[in-house]
Amino acid sequence: MEKFALLHTTCVPLPVEDIDTDQIIPARFLKATTREGFGDNLFRDWRYYPDNTPKPDFVLNNKTFSGRVLVAGRNFGCGSSREHAAWALYDYGFRVVISSFFADIFRGNALNNGLLPLIVSDEILSRILEGVQADPETEIIVDLENQEFSLPALGIKETFEINAYKKTCLLNGFDDIDYLLSRRDKIAAFEEKRATI
Amino acid sequence: MESVQDGPQIIYIDKHFIHEVTTPQAFDGLRKRGIPVFRTQHTVATVDHNIPTKDQHLPIREALSRHQVETLIRNCEEFGIELYGLGHPSQGIVHVIGPELGITQPGMTIVCGDSHTSTHGAFGAVAFGIGTSEVEQVLATQCILQTKPKRMRINVEGTLGKGVTSKDIILYIISRISASGGTGYFVEFAGSAIRSLSMEARMSICNMSIEMGARGGAIAPDEITFEYIKGRRFAPKGEDFDKAVAYWKSLCTDEEAVFDKEFTFDAADIAPMITYGTNPGMGIKIDQPVPEKGESGLDKSLAYMGFEKGESLIGKPVNYVFLGSCTNSRIEDLRMFCSVVKGKHKADNVTAWIVPGSKQVERQAKEEGLDRVLAEAGFELREPGCSACLGMNEDKIPAGEYCISTSNRNFEGRQGPGARTLLASPLTAAAVAISGKISDVRELI
Repeated sequence: MEKFALLHTTCVPLPVEDIDTDQIIPARFLKATTREGFGDNLFRDWRYYPDNTPKPDFVLNNKTFSGRVLVAGRNFGCGSSREHAAWALYDYGFRVVISSFFADIFRGNALNNGLLPLIVSDEILSRILEGVQADPETEIIVDLENQEFSLPALGIKETFEINAYKKTCLLNGFDDIDYLLSRRDKIAAFEEKRATI
Repeated sequence: MESVQDGPQIIYIDKHFIHEVTTPQAFDGLRKRGIPVFRTQHTVATVDHNIPTKDQHLPIREALSRHQVETLIRNCEEFGIELYGLGHPSQGIVHVIGPELGITQPGMTIVCGDSHTSTHGAFGAVAFGIGTSEVEQVLATQCILQTKPKRMRINVEGTLGKGVTSKDIILYIISRISASGGTGYFVEFAGSAIRSLSMEARMSICNMSIEMGARGGAIAPDEITFEYIKGRRFAPKGEDFDKAVAYWKSLCTDEEAVFDKEFTFDAADIAPMITYGTNPGMGIKIDQPVPEKGESGLDKSLAYMGFEKGESLIGKPVNYVFLGSCTNSRIEDLRMFCSVVKGKHKADNVTAWIVPGSKQVERQAKEEGLDRVLAEAGFELREPGCSACLGMNEDKIPAGEYCISTSNRNFEGRQGPGARTLLASPLTAAAVAISGKISDVRELI
């Protein structure tokens, strides 16, 4: 996993609530057996017609918007546990999703894959969406180290919450498995202890 | 097991269920690290999402599906995991076979790369869905890192009316709490109406805990639970069973337990439910009109579904009926469906997929003569798999068509691009299958 570096980028606004993981990556694309290539099918059915021509109204097909930060309505990532949703967003190029509410399983999957789920208040979310839609070039700076993000042109500068362990993992590109593997002897001891109860 | 400094806790996993969709990359990860599966004896594999529900004895036609299933077969062979694959007498939907084989037991920690793992909570297990990276964690160490969620209790008191099932209970609850109302919580379902339910009915409820955003949902084990488990293949036997029951009896919530949030509903308020929108929380009683006001997505949702605010759904033609999925594909669900269609005939405009949850359910259905009841009514009992719940196999709903479905999700395009899903109980699905339009089953029974 890439280390999560200080981010200077712009935002892609998607002011829709309750975006479920079936929209982020439809089930028919889950047949792949590798982690790559999911970006092509990100929001597939919102992005393309059945004949594969792009839908002009969808933000990802609108060249005026670009950047590594997706800004979405509340309850982002609800529904299926498919981690492929996080892979699709990351593979497409996003490194942060900003919303006022994230579904649990998606949040965990994102954190496990170098994608930062950044929770903000409803008010800040509205201001960001408004500001970005008015000026697509609005710059955003996300500083994970200091748990701060800002959009200077909008006069927004906020801190954000993140679990200390996950922050360390993201900053260093560590994953949970390395940590758990280091505890294998303890795990075996735990099993033995339980068996004797 | 232990806690990470300023971080999550390490939880030991008693049973890890796996299937073909969320495992290929996890096994690749193990291979790259050159490590084995830590505890193969606690890992149970099946194929369900991608497989056809007809002619399962033939090679899978769709190339990608075939490849994914073959990948699981190879991985199970290479890593030494028992696979209930196509052709195995106990193959089926992962959350159906665990309980019916007696693998799922009270007090266990159970995970699977599938959000409906919450189903096993019906046994008083701590069961929840995980992503592929977490699948890799569990394969590698039989442990997972998790932060403790908040606690919610939902009480349903009283007696259910005629024609009202546990599926209607959970659809009603989600319509009241919303699709995000349970996020961050682990839910306990309690109350006299819950206590009166069979294990299969309880499973339908716990199955949909995730649809209100909850991590998992559980029901405290009781005599109904112990009776269900007794005698099943992997259940403890003889003295071991008695010892187990003594332990299981201790797994109930203390009288003085405090919950972060609590709700109480009256069973008498619950009627046969149907969803009108594009998330499982957008449900109404079958005889209620589509709401005039709702959350911000209501207009978009109704536009997709082709419904108007304030209109009644009863009488609208529906051309597809799906009885199946990990929510409602067990023997009691088939019996309920058959009880309504027996002696009647499927409407001409309806294409129906009746999909049992497992080979065991399929066999039992045939032993009870349900396949004949179905055939005489113009229905076909298919073979087990996830099928039309998420349209990964050939059982897809065409764009623009309505499908009354006993599954768990009605998101845009869930059952096929442009498909319009109406979630309901097996009884309601049967009523619609006979009349060819949205109907109130209470008028038929």
